[in-house]
Amino acid sequence: MRETKYWTWHMAAGVVILLLLGLHMLIMHTGGITDWFSPSPGESVSKENSLWRDGQLFFTVTYILLLGIALFHGLYGLRTILFELTLRPAVEKAVSVFLLIVGLGLFVLGTWAAVAVHAIALGGARS
Amino acid sequence: MPETNKQERQIRFHLTRYNPETDRAPYIKRYQVPVTEGMTVLEGLHYIKEHLDPSLTWRYSCRMGVCGSCGMLLNGHPTLACNTQILHIAGNDLTVGPLPNFKVIRDLVPDLITMVDKHRAIKPYIVRQNDADIDNPDGEFFQLPEELEAYLQYTYCIKCGCCMAACPTLATDVHYMGPMPLTQAQRYNVDTRDDGRAARNQETGSGHGAFRCHYAGECSRVCPKGVDPAKALQHLKRRLVLDYLRLARRKKPCAKMHGPGEGKPLPNIPAAPAKTV
Repeated sequence: MRETKYWTWHMAAGVVILLLLGLHMLIMHTGGITDWFSPSPGESVSKENSLWRDGQLFFTVTYILLLGIALFHGLYGLRTILFELTLRPAVEKAVSVFLLIVGLGLFVLGTWAAVAVHAIALGGARS
Repeated sequence: MPETNKQERQIRFHLTRYNPETDRAPYIKRYQVPVTEGMTVLEGLHYIKEHLDPSLTWRYSCRMGVCGSCGMLLNGHPTLACNTQILHIAGNDLTVGPLPNFKVIRDLVPDLITMVDKHRAIKPYIVRQNDADIDNPDGEFFQLPEELEAYLQYTYCIKCGCCMAACPTLATDVHYMGPMPLTQAQRYNVDTRDDGRAARNQETGSGHGAFRCHYAGECSRVCPKGVDPAKALQHLKRRLVLDYLRLARRKKPCAKMHGPGEGKPLPNIPAAPAKTV
């Protein structure tokens, strides 16, 4: 049943990624029309607007959430593809551990980056 | 009955031959077979064995699409040799090979033991909490016709292995359980007499279970009995997820009737006519 658990979360992660990427597309590509989450005049991707979003706790949490979910979804999918190559059980175990380490490493790195940018944005806002 | 004058055509059979004791690899051998209308591939193979090459080996039994023994790859399509007329699928040539995704014992005989082992693993029988219900039955299980409909089509499976041969996932992952065992798991899971779904979920929800299915749908396309394994697998996946999330409806297996008159009588049944003898 462990694989059922992973699969269920894999599917749920796909749905959440769709929602979060939909939000991303709305902000990035309709900014000129809607001005959502882009208080400064100009492009959504301008430095001022980016720093404003990075300073919002909602966006920092969303970035970390999207990172974690996308990593799980992508790496579990990669693991599934690799497992279909008829690997030996020991190799399957090694692949799982390797992907887990890679995923956790990238998640920690990405989280640190999101938190650091959040702090920088807040510092800039204060100064 | 008047004799019909059937026109004879020469069809070239391209047979995959392989004897593991003498051959290093399978090879193709060609035979010219006179074919008349209505002649099946199985009859063509009999002609070759009787007139051209007695060493040709294949497996068959019932000759009427019931036993599932003569599954073969005919013009690249896994199906039953006894159920396929030569002139329906061949122009001037017909290729005949053993079912892919299985080891070959000899010539056209696949080794189905891997499929049988996987089938056995999913407990393809009615499981009850109380073994005595099966071992020493003292009543009839009560099942409605619509409950029978839920799994009836899956009971038509004859375990010929055609779906396993057509499955692209099984072609790369030999540990994958495959369409036939997973369909049979679904067949028993939805049977209201059964109480073994939790035990089967351990197998069907494993790393090489139902979730490896890519839904190519080839299993359903090639099934000579019209079973739809792809549909069964999708239902199986859904039930596995619902079971994990504890959202599936928990139903007790159906009760037993211990004697006549215990079931609900149908309304408006006319009385039996009076005895005449």
